[in-house]
Amino acid sequence: MEEKVIDARGLSCPQPAMLARQAMQKAGKGTLEVLVDSGTARENVSRLAKNAGWTVTVEAQPDGTYRIVLNK
Amino acid sequence: MSFISRFLTSRWGPIITGIVVGILAPVLVKLGNPGNMGVCVVCFSRDTAGALGLHRTSTVQYIRPELIGFVLGALIAALIFREFRPRTGSAPLVRFLLGIFASFGALVFLGCPWRAYLRLAGGDWNAIFGILGLIAGIILGIVFLRMGFSLGRNRPAPKAVGWVMPMVMVILLALLIVQPQFGRDANGNPTGPIFFSTSGPGSQHAPLLISLVVGLFIGILAQRSRFCTVGAIRDTILLRDSRLLYGVLALVVAAFITNYVLGQFHPGFEKQPAAQTNQWWNFGGMVLAGLAFTLAGGCPGRQLFLTGEGDADAGIFVAGMIIGAGFAHTYNMASSTSGPGLFGPFAVIAGLVICSVIGLTMRETKG
Repeated sequence: MEEKVIDARGLSCPQPAMLARQAMQKAGKGTLEVLVDSGTARENVSRLAKNAGWTVTVEAQPDGTYRIVLNK
Repeated sequence: MSFISRFLTSRWGPIITGIVVGILAPVLVKLGNPGNMGVCVVCFSRDTAGALGLHRTSTVQYIRPELIGFVLGALIAALIFREFRPRTGSAPLVRFLLGIFASFGALVFLGCPWRAYLRLAGGDWNAIFGILGLIAGIILGIVFLRMGFSLGRNRPAPKAVGWVMPMVMVILLALLIVQPQFGRDANGNPTGPIFFSTSGPGSQHAPLLISLVVGLFIGILAQRSRFCTVGAIRDTILLRDSRLLYGVLALVVAAFITNYVLGQFHPGFEKQPAAQTNQWWNFGGMVLAGLAFTLAGGCPGRQLFLTGEGDADAGIFVAGMIIGAGFAHTYNMASSTSGPGLFGPFAVIAGLVICSVIGLTMRETKG
């Protein structure tokens, strides 16, 4: 299945969470990949996804950013 | 250490931060800060602007150590937890303007969102109209966000960029301690370049060291918990996420109890400290402030905490708030206890028009 990537790096609050939420609502289920570059965005996206019933895997990247994989 | 960090980033973090602010802010009032002004980021920006001579309203001039503590506390937390990440490039000039207009709006109400909640918890019912205005301004900001508003992306920056505002705060601390008086007035008395009030709210302050330590402590907690008094309402409406809202509710409850215990709860509309009773402009001022904070991504406290993390765009917003506070008092836009300043209503309307244009036109550029 095709994996959709949402690049939210460098965006201010609440845009990373907004973009992830919109993508989750549009996809309904499947696999989404969200790229963020702050602890705040990582926590916000993870919390929203968990509350919406998605499983969340966070991978810290060598450049200090995070790759968040969402599955449902 | 990591246990504390995990706790603060959990749903309990904002609640703990709110309780700590709710207790310590009224204690700062007890120790000398102006009424219901234990913490007010915009009022303190205004006092600091006055101390630097950016306005000459002699009753509101003092370099507030709480502001310095907020930035340096967040810096300490960000360094310990490896979140100091210098960055810039997200429409800094627009953020500067938003900082100016946030100050204009908040100084018509006479308080930032932090003080709006603290005023409510002290029994100042005028704050209800300010908070309603704040909510309206945030909703307007949400409308723009839903239409695609974005100030664009920041980019990683050299380390030195992230250290600029923390160093400015260290310099402010030095000026606060030394209070240089190199100038001479017409009578030959020492004056400036640093001005401190001898009467009025600017002359009322808790002991320097206590204010600084409280600021540092709140800065550390808030950096970890992501405490934000605007995000609280924004996220509840926009994302159905009430994590931050519980923090604000905890602040109001804790501040109410502390005020009550300390004999500082005085319910009513009239004769409230550093407040005015023109409810149209209490509401209107905070619509503008709420919109400006929402477009900039967070409340004035949050902007200071982000500054401590190395976010130079938030630093530009803070600079805008301080300069804006200087303009607001120099050009009679700030309110006094007798009502809105002569040009306050004009500043609010002009600010709403300009912030709405920003909300409608700023979009992320591709490539």
